[in-house]
Amino acid sequence: MSLELVGRTQAPDTDSPLAIHGLTVSYGEKPAVFSVDVVFLPAQMTAIVGPNGAGKSTLLKAALGIIRPLSGQVSSYGRPLGEMRARIAYVPQRASVDWDFPARVLDVVMMGLYRDVGLLRRIKGHHRARAMACLERVGMEGFAHRQIGQLSGGQQQRVFLARALAQEADLYLLDEPFAGVDAATEKAIIGVLHGLRAEGKTVIAVHHDLATVTDYFDRVFLINTTAIAEGPVADVFTPDYLQAAYGGRLALAQMGGAAAG
Amino acid sequence: MIWDALGLQLGYNATLVTLGAAMLGMGAGATGTYLYLGKRALVSDAISHATLPGVVLGFIAMVVMGGEGRFLPGLMLGAALSAGLGLLAVTWLTARTRLHEDAAIGAVLSVFFGFGVVLLTVVQVMDTGRQAGLETFLLGATAGMLRNEALTIALGGAVILLLVRLLHRPMILVAFDPEYAVGQGMRLRAVDLAMMGLALGITVTGLKVVGLVLIVALLIIPPVAARFWSERAEIVVIIAGLIGGAAGYFGAALSATAPDLPTGPLIVLSAFVLFVLSLLLAPGRGVLAAALRHMRFQRRVHLRQGLLALASGQPVYEPLTLRLLRRAGFLRPDGVATDAGHAMAARARLDERRWQTLRSDPQFEAAAARYDGLTPLEEVLTADQIAALDRGLGLAGLR
Repeated sequence: MSLELVGRTQAPDTDSPLAIHGLTVSYGEKPAVFSVDVVFLPAQMTAIVGPNGAGKSTLLKAALGIIRPLSGQVSSYGRPLGEMRARIAYVPQRASVDWDFPARVLDVVMMGLYRDVGLLRRIKGHHRARAMACLERVGMEGFAHRQIGQLSGGQQQRVFLARALAQEADLYLLDEPFAGVDAATEKAIIGVLHGLRAEGKTVIAVHHDLATVTDYFDRVFLINTTAIAEGPVADVFTPDYLQAAYGGRLALAQMGGAAAG
Repeated sequence: MIWDALGLQLGYNATLVTLGAAMLGMGAGATGTYLYLGKRALVSDAISHATLPGVVLGFIAMVVMGGEGRFLPGLMLGAALSAGLGLLAVTWLTARTRLHEDAAIGAVLSVFFGFGVVLLTVVQVMDTGRQAGLETFLLGATAGMLRNEALTIALGGAVILLLVRLLHRPMILVAFDPEYAVGQGMRLRAVDLAMMGLALGITVTGLKVVGLVLIVALLIIPPVAARFWSERAEIVVIIAGLIGGAAGYFGAALSATAPDLPTGPLIVLSAFVLFVLSLLLAPGRGVLAAALRHMRFQRRVHLRQGLLALASGQPVYEPLTLRLLRRAGFLRPDGVATDAGHAMAARARLDERRWQTLRSDPQFEAAAARYDGLTPLEEVLTADQIAALDRGLGLAGLR
């Protein structure tokens, strides 16, 4: 069978919370992401899956404008992404910041309200209440006044998620939200993400644990520098496609929940 | 004399200069906090050294145009232009070449400063130049400073403080998590430029008082010292401003009593004293507090281990443990446990057994995370919960 034909989903860009066309990103002369076309569907949970160095995080960062791409267009709900920032929340890898920064947990969550409070508007009780509600949602309300340096890895990740929730966005982009977190945190995070989906929000997450893809996600986008396939888990998370994405680097045992092909 | 200076009793001019230096220090401390938290502190060193060619060229230009070469705002403008050029060079080298920022800083700093020193030497050969006293811009001098100059400096510090207040939120967000800031639609280049612009403003304003060689210290030492006192960025900014202001005040006042000493080093040394005090005395992150906390913790561990050993009838060998047990009255001098010791040991053992049961029970997962071998279970669970736990242990009848 032809991998490309089965894998590609054709959806109208106007509905898509994130539509990427012809995106190429290069550090130096070697492209990390090459000419990727992918249109993510609304109200779905999609995993971005691929081997190490396949450009998963780079794709997200380039789509958000954190890294400047060499070429490509990115749109959100039919408009250039830059105009839709208010509807998009991003959860970076927690290792990307210095956790010895002088801030309390609540301060970090309040950063998610920046678009509302702007440069000088006073922070009011309802802002704090909103931040506390987000902390509650990730099970961290008891930590609001802790210094962030005292948190465990899993707690840090939950604080980052709470900050994204505070934005009250429609599209949530997460970079490896389950990397290096404890089982309780993983459960808490997936609970929140499924809750978002139930509210009709869109969740797109870079994901590295093949064993949990089937349980957690609705759709999979396979990438290895170029786009390999995008579609429902049952159609795309198959040994054939995984072979195409991972080449010889994938032991069969690692495929875990992959449907037998 | 020193007390007169600190009490602002040395006349109108000296008072104005001291207050100007304090204002400058406040602006520098607050601005420096964002540089320090964003790990960009050394960029300001490149900026300050890059001012020298501008100062000298500004002087030459004003003399050539037939004006007064020492006119401070003119020199500041020259300094700002060449420092801006230096900043652009650092930014360009970092963005467009494979050089890291530290290498770019080193290159720009040394080239600009070297060029500036050559120009300075040339000017000092000229007649008008010799009397200009441009070399005081290297280390700062308040002696003979004009009233207007002092006012200019105070005004510069005040304007920068206002701008810091205006830009606080974006600068903190970018310093903590630049990727997320971009995701929120913030323009990283613009925020970065604003932050560096503030540092440039402080450098240029501080040229006359602190001098370009040491201004970086007034930007960095106050926030580093302030960090010992608080875990919240907005408080750190305020404390850094206060420390910087105090350093400027003390340094300038000292300088008024000893006109031969350059002012910059006196200000920086004042800042350093405040840094050492913070390092030693701050609660929380201070060295003494940390040592004290460590010692207390160590003693609690030893006492607990000693009690658990007593409970299981094991001998205690560690001298510190023995000493602590004796001092608490749990052990007689001959090493035999007292009644109180037996009672405490039994309590410790019960506590420990309850903890172990709790940790193996998934329904207490949250509480189990607080196990540290020291905290009594009563602080974590209610009496009812402990009773439930005891039923599981078969200890219900024990109490």
